[in-house]
Amino acid sequence: MELAPALQLHEVSKRFGARWALVRLSLTVRRGTALLLTGHNGSGKTTLLRVLATAVRPSAGKVEVLGVDAARDPESVRAQVGLLGHANYVYEDLSGLENLAVLARLLGAPASAGSEALERLGLSPKDDRPVRTYSAGMRRRLALARLFLKQPAVALLDEPFVELDPAGVSELEARIRELHAAGTTLVLATHHIEQGLQLCTDRLHLEQGRSIAIAA
Amino acid sequence: MRRPGLLASTWVLFWKDLLLEWRSRARVNALVFFSLATLLLFSFALGPDTALLRRNAGGYLWLALLLSSVLALGESFRVERENSSLEGLRLVPVDTRSIFLAKGIANAVLLAALGVLLVPVLVALLDVRIVLSWGRLVTIIALGCLAIAAPGTLYGAIASHARARDVLLPLLLFPILIPALVAAAKGTALVFEGDPMTQFPSWIALLGSFDLLYWGLGFVLFPRVVEE
Repeated sequence: MELAPALQLHEVSKRFGARWALVRLSLTVRRGTALLLTGHNGSGKTTLLRVLATAVRPSAGKVEVLGVDAARDPESVRAQVGLLGHANYVYEDLSGLENLAVLARLLGAPASAGSEALERLGLSPKDDRPVRTYSAGMRRRLALARLFLKQPAVALLDEPFVELDPAGVSELEARIRELHAAGTTLVLATHHIEQGLQLCTDRLHLEQGRSIAIAA
Repeated sequence: MRRPGLLASTWVLFWKDLLLEWRSRARVNALVFFSLATLLLFSFALGPDTALLRRNAGGYLWLALLLSSVLALGESFRVERENSSLEGLRLVPVDTRSIFLAKGIANAVLLAALGVLLVPVLVALLDVRIVLSWGRLVTIIALGCLAIAAPGTLYGAIASHARARDVLLPLLLFPILIPALVAAAKGTALVFEGDPMTQFPSWIALLGSFDLLYWGLGFVLFPRVVEE
């Protein structure tokens, strides 16, 4: 039996000024799929993830996430989607736990959820230093902890391995596998193709905002 | 997970904004010293005419608060710009109206605290006396700060997207604040000088109406401003 689509793009285009980042892109990603997104810098990977997360609106076309029209009901889409982008979405003057406490309360999650998410990513909940003093790798882990705290049905990961040490990379791979095993639909954009192929079931290659190849 | 409603998420974000202010006390200290310096400069610029200084003390208080508000408002959106935290909140998702309410109230609380702090300085520096009650003074400070905070938060969000944001915010904000500034300054002057003609309630009514209008506008328009 074919699974219902988690993500559907119909002729989606996105323009920034005079430059087209996505050009009439159509795509269907079934639920539970782990899609590897590859392409050179500027090929449109980040824009595609941001369109799917409703962080930016497409200039043309229609995006559906879990059957919901993203233009009509972005709130419902956002509730189901987690984006790990280039920005970490954290407050520099708060500690890691305080950052996650704010998110947990906004999500209606239990108070202990923040500590658990930090521990899963190898960060100490007792570390009360502001994020400003964290290393780049620790910030990335904190951003990932935000994503795991949300427990999204669709996880959009943009270069998740950047700034992580080898131990962090292995840990993250294990967490991504956990997410996928739990039924989360994944879209992973990375230049680390070997790593990505080990984690993903399907692959989409983008060039200049156009889909060049889709392979299972 | 049961997500909080508008008021509950406003409370969470308000708490977060106050915590951020507390954690970055250097910024709050800078704000206090800037407003004190502004008051001092007014008194130096106008010379030793104490009667004139006392008569205009309400105006000086509100100009000091208005100039300081530009720093406070700009700063409150700088922390949201850093690491794209505002986008992070949108994607949680949080009702963006609660972001407006929380940030507006936090800005108003900060300005009101600054206003209350400046009153003893006015007393010491300009020999001002509280002729009406402290309650009325606190009321007009609270309403005046709410009047600055609502459009200030809305325009702060607009200006935060611009390159020349430090210039744009006062350019957008100051002209529309003129009625509120007049009402707050006149009302405060009555608290300091006495109110034989019972004009105080009229200024309070004007400030209250201004607050209702701009908090309502901000509540409706803020989601459009922060969406891409």
